[in-house]
Amino acid sequence: MKQSEFLKTVMPFKDKVFRVAKRLLVSTEEAEDATQELYFKLWKNKGKLKNYKSIEAFAMTMTKNYCFDRLKSKQASNLKLVHSNYKEKDTSLDRRVELNDSVSKVHELIENLPEQQKLIIQLRDVEEYEFDEIAKMLNLKPTAIRVTLSRARKTIREQLLKQHNYGVS
Amino acid sequence: MELANIEKLLEKYQNAETSITEEKELKNYFTSDNVAPHLVEYQVLFGYFSTSKNERFTKTIQLNSQKRNWKWLSVAASVVLLVSVYTGYENNQKREAERIYQETKVAFDMLSNNLNKGTVAIAQLQHFENTKNKIFKQPKK
Repeated sequence: MKQSEFLKTVMPFKDKVFRVAKRLLVSTEEAEDATQELYFKLWKNKGKLKNYKSIEAFAMTMTKNYCFDRLKSKQASNLKLVHSNYKEKDTSLDRRVELNDSVSKVHELIENLPEQQKLIIQLRDVEEYEFDEIAKMLNLKPTAIRVTLSRARKTIREQLLKQHNYGVS
Repeated sequence: MELANIEKLLEKYQNAETSITEEKELKNYFTSDNVAPHLVEYQVLFGYFSTSKNERFTKTIQLNSQKRNWKWLSVAASVVLLVSVYTGYENNQKREAERIYQETKVAFDMLSNNLNKGTVAIAQLQHFENTKNKIFKQPKK
């Protein structure tokens, strides 16, 4: 596989890789590193890529594994990700206040979900993959994906309702 | 889109039974302006999903890893280290030789000085010998 051909096949989903990595690793810098690392790995294994039916699904599986490894090694070395360390640098104050009000609440809710739920929410609700595709990426059965997804969506709704009601009363 | 339909879709959505197209309908509905007041909390959720999808990876991807560069750097560093150690050793060797040379020179100087003292004493001895020969007859060989 030549470089141009390689780039044509893998570049279309680089944003997806980045967003999934960011969902799992939280910080933008970490996600950028992960994306870079993942593409380097893909490039090194370019000879084997033809054996995969969907390179994108394969790349997503690799992203997932890489991020989970990163998280594990972080826990092992007692380096906990603290959300406050990773606030975006370039959001102005009023924008941040506005965000805090609504969108970042959703962000936080998703962030507090277990890893697997977080990942599936990202793949389904943001990236809009079919259940079969997600099942292939995560090496799970589609029914298991549905169960996890339903659980995650219900948790988010409950939390949102709770916050909404606090806001009203 | 009818409200009843949306509510039905939401129910299905919670159970993860909606298809991608149905979820797109939900997203469309909740990003529009006329959302039913009792469903307002979903607006934030679907709005968040839509905006999240717009995030882009802006850096350029390098396919030649920086790791290899590090490897070469370490090779270069070890070469530099070897060369410097070698030249240092060489210099040290030279200085050592010089020092030994100086020491030997001093030693030889000392030797020659003392030797000269000895020859003066011997010359006096020769004088004594001559005088003795004058006085005593030499045995014939």
